[in-house]
Amino acid sequence: MTNTSTIARGGGNLPTPERSPKRSRRQAKASGLPAWVIPYVLIVPGLLVIAGLLLYPLIQMIVISFQKVGLRQIRGVPADWVGGDNYTQILDNEIFWSSLRNTVVFAVITVTLTLVLGTAVGTLLNKLSRRMSALVIVGIMSAWAVPPVAQGVIWRWLFDADAGMINWGLNLLPDWFSEMLFGRADWTGEPWLNDPFSLYIALIVCVVWASFPFIAVSVLAGLKGIPSELYEAARVDGSSAWRTFRKITLPLLKPVFSVLTILSIIWNFKVFSQLYVLMNGPTNREAFNLSMFSFAEAFRSPPKMGTGAAIAVILTVLLLIVTAVYIRQIVKTEEL
Amino acid sequence: MTTSLSPRTAPASRRRPSSSGMSPLARKRLSRAALNTAGVLVFLFATFPVYWMVSTALKTNDQIFTTDFIPIPREITFEHVERILTEGVAGNSIWVYMRNSAIVALGTVLIGAVFALLAATAIARFRFRGRTSFLILLLVVQMIPAEALLIPLFLNVRRLGLYDNLLGLIVINVGLTLPFGVWMLRTFVAAVPKSLEEAAWIDGASRFTTFWRVLFPLVAPGLVATSIFSFITAWNELIFALILMSESSGYTMPVALQFFFGQRGVDWGAIMAGSTMMTIPVVVFFLLVQRRMVSGLVAGAVKG
Repeated sequence: MTNTSTIARGGGNLPTPERSPKRSRRQAKASGLPAWVIPYVLIVPGLLVIAGLLLYPLIQMIVISFQKVGLRQIRGVPADWVGGDNYTQILDNEIFWSSLRNTVVFAVITVTLTLVLGTAVGTLLNKLSRRMSALVIVGIMSAWAVPPVAQGVIWRWLFDADAGMINWGLNLLPDWFSEMLFGRADWTGEPWLNDPFSLYIALIVCVVWASFPFIAVSVLAGLKGIPSELYEAARVDGSSAWRTFRKITLPLLKPVFSVLTILSIIWNFKVFSQLYVLMNGPTNREAFNLSMFSFAEAFRSPPKMGTGAAIAVILTVLLLIVTAVYIRQIVKTEEL
Repeated sequence: MTTSLSPRTAPASRRRPSSSGMSPLARKRLSRAALNTAGVLVFLFATFPVYWMVSTALKTNDQIFTTDFIPIPREITFEHVERILTEGVAGNSIWVYMRNSAIVALGTVLIGAVFALLAATAIARFRFRGRTSFLILLLVVQMIPAEALLIPLFLNVRRLGLYDNLLGLIVINVGLTLPFGVWMLRTFVAAVPKSLEEAAWIDGASRFTTFWRVLFPLVAPGLVATSIFSFITAWNELIFALILMSESSGYTMPVALQFFFGQRGVDWGAIMAGSTMMTIPVVVFFLLVQRRMVSGLVAGAVKG
């Protein structure tokens, strides 16, 4: 909590790491190692893990995306170099474009909804009485804690055609109202998860439900860090609630919001588990997103690892472009 | 006295245009009631799906497969729980999958915690050449989607003979969780006052003793929070478990749950019982470290 509140004010007050060379030399004698070696010894294990499990595979992925890797190559036959063939093949594939559209549209809608709902709930939590807000926090934490696969299972059940509660609830609406909104009154047996469009509605509901709690709790932590004098001053000046929110809360929470936005984009861009459960494995090609498309190409028979890797490269580049802005901002403004 | 008066008198100018003949006190009560109602709605929206999972797991089949809304099970049954424990799914009791998930998650935490603590100490306590580059590296690798590394890691694991071996999953999960673990843990290390270590140092403690007896106990709560985060990530991980395990006896919970969506229709009672079993440990951990996790995620992501 305290950490977050310091960001809200934009200040950093962590102790700065050791820089005096004199002290380091003195310590070195006691431990038997030259002082300058120690930090390197400490980071070597972590560095090896990162290099071996993340960086090297990243390079391999790029290499594979220019190769033909099928069953024979998985068994050990050297792979053939095919140049940019995998990429041209993908760009010609309709499924790639529908996957790209699904990925981007889903991310934009979900990030927006999550941020708006999360901010609203965070602000609400800040206004509720202590006991009430503690209760609501426990409630939303229990939604956030549900594992992604179980989230998918739960919403698949709620959106079930026959015994699902969503159809039951829609049937409760007065017929004229349902008719006016959706052009139909009877929802019994509506198979939400068969059609890509309604499948994505279910996916959006599922992901927003599971991810707004994190935004809400983070916004609440940020709000707690804003000095109450500012709000008192605004109140004395007769500022309306909306104006106070726009002129005081938003600017002060800007750093928190930028982190939350980026984290949400990263998480929602590559949503996999929930989609996998909701559409019952990689079955409906029109409902693929890029992660699912890459997975299906590479691991459904016949395995086409080369094209799978090319899709993964495109997904990674997209994500890095979106997040580069954020990384630059951290590197520039924060004391690393 | 003046402070308690000012909120009442000052905003009077604002109230005038919307005056509807309501006294300020009634207005205040009304807005309190509105806020509480909104709070209850949020609570219901968040908890109903979770409740629905648990209650479905405890309902008899005739209460599950119905178009009626049965909010509270008419009679509670443990038949689904018993069935997944004895009969199980994909040829094994659900315990086998719970055990596999626990092995993978705990293995990831034990290895990951040591590596993360060492690296975080280096970053937070030393200034060395390449430190900034290492930090930027940590940030950048967190942006690489794990899904993108699927193909090369699958090939490497096969080559190393770790296919169908839980150790392979552990190694991969360590890789996936470590960058964030270091990033989160370094704020906890940096938050421990340096003067404590200096005092121990002046008293003649060796570098290792200082680390073990002074720094470690103070960082321990942060280490627990970071470890729980890694535990949950590994516990929930689906995609690598899906491709690296072909024998059903090696499946983890997320993979095993897929097999309930089977040939003879979906056994919703059983899958809800399984999902509940998988969710319980995570919820418990979440409630334990809730506060730290939020500050760690947000602060860890922003600050140096």
